Amino acid sequence: MSAQLAVLAALDWDLPYWAVTLIKVLVAALLVPTTALILGIVFLFKIMSWMQSRLGPQEAGPKGLLQLLADGVKFLQKEDVIPERADRFAFKVAPMIVLVSTFLLYVIIPAGPDPAVIADLPTGIFFALAVSSLSVIGVLMAGWASANKYALMGGIRAAGQLIAYELPMVLAVVGVIIQAGTLNMNGIVVAQANFKLFGDVGPGIPFIITQLPMFLIFLAAMQAELTQPPFDMPVAESELVSGYQVEYTGFRFLFFFLAEFATAFAFGAIASVLFLGGWYLPGLDVNSEWFWLIGPAVLFAKIMLVSFLIFWFRFTYPRLREDQLQRLAWKWLIPISLVWLAVTAVFKVVM
Amino acid sequence: MTGTVLAAAPVYLPQQIAFGLIAVTMIVAAIRVVTTKNVVHAALWLIVVLAGVAAQFIVLASEFVAVTQVLVYIGAIVVLFLFGVMLTRAPIGKEVELDNEPAQRVVGAVVALFLLACMGYVLADYFGGRKLELNGKVVAELGGTTAQISDSIFSTYLVPFEVVSVLLLAALIGAIVLARRD
Repeated sequence: MSAQLAVLAALDWDLPYWAVTLIKVLVAALLVPTTALILGIVFLFKIMSWMQSRLGPQEAGPKGLLQLLADGVKFLQKEDVIPERADRFAFKVAPMIVLVSTFLLYVIIPAGPDPAVIADLPTGIFFALAVSSLSVIGVLMAGWASANKYALMGGIRAAGQLIAYELPMVLAVVGVIIQAGTLNMNGIVVAQANFKLFGDVGPGIPFIITQLPMFLIFLAAMQAELTQPPFDMPVAESELVSGYQVEYTGFRFLFFFLAEFATAFAFGAIASVLFLGGWYLPGLDVNSEWFWLIGPAVLFAKIMLVSFLIFWFRFTYPRLREDQLQRLAWKWLIPISLVWLAVTAVFKVVM
Repeated sequence: MTGTVLAAAPVYLPQQIAFGLIAVTMIVAAIRVVTTKNVVHAALWLIVVLAGVAAQFIVLASEFVAVTQVLVYIGAIVVLFLFGVMLTRAPIGKEVELDNEPAQRVVGAVVALFLLACMGYVLADYFGGRKLELNGKVVAELGGTTAQISDSIFSTYLVPFEVVSVLLLAALIGAIVLARRD
């Protein structure tokens, strides 16, 4: 996250608009692969192997930490195969659309007070929900353009799942929005810094205390949006080989991999901001300039905590069947979130 | 345009250029939607058109409407188009029977031109003599921010909002009733 600090230093020098924009874009471009690497190494390789009582990668670098980097270089060297009957243009563009949707998510994540965010949009979280839904189009294009029935089935399953789980995700977010009274990401953090449960005493309380059901629903919906186990019907290896990714090789496959893990990190950041107070540490003054320095570290720690939860689920639970998956979304998550939304609205008006 | 007009009203050159580029992209994409021989490609070109609409809203400093446009039209409606098309019949490559008969094309062209004339006349009639200054501050005063939009939906336009909600609910229930066999 030190790249974020570089942005802050740059802003103090009164750089022109284009220079600041350029730096911010470069930071986002660096953050996407870096965060994907961090999550991949820490969780996919190390913690997963510990949970399964095995060693995991050992050879590449100290304790096998460079394994994923080596894998990335390997992907770059592979031949770029496009199936003969594929729709070439859609096939090539699809992974890029998925990755662009990930990049756009990083735009609104605040790593500290105002200048430490790429664009502090007034519609912050709404923007995030909109751009995260763009990845569905890339997935559908990939599934269709591959000219492979397993890929097409994977794409359609992915679309059905993403549509179903977008609703509980939006409703979970709306609960927080009602309580915070703003769509702006930094506004939500400040609202949690000022939120007191009993009168006016004590430190600011993160919304997870009042929105615990919404937090759990958000985690489940996030897992489904990332198509990670137990919600990995679209890429189910045992039935569909690997779903919409089956015909992709080399760096195009790497795009999907990067997008999945970088999106996991971005959603972890959004969950941290919405429910855990983002870059704010309870007990400190929210206006303190120290948050430009420690904010990114605090946010990073919270993201790793949320990521640990979702990856723990990923390694522990077996895959849901398609009907179980749809039933969970429509018959459990959406009604519960609607009820909690009503409760939140009542308390917001009464208190 | 004459020189006096240019001097009187501030011209936001970057916005004009952006408007032109986006508009040309949208027109090309819209023509491709109806001329392409592949039904999935038509849906993908439609994404370009709808993204262009969102971009035009951003040029007009209406961020909330632009994001809504992306969320509703690209993120939901086109996805459902693609989903439905791929679930039923979507071969890769050109399709011959996608074209309609010449008589239908003529009717389509007439309707399109009629709509263009109607909307062009209405817009020119209403906005012809007006100057809209489009920067963030003015838009905020006109009511373009999220808070102002929600305020007007839930006060001035409350009844239309509720009517639309009931209409959509009726459509939803109707779809379920039609789709269920038992």
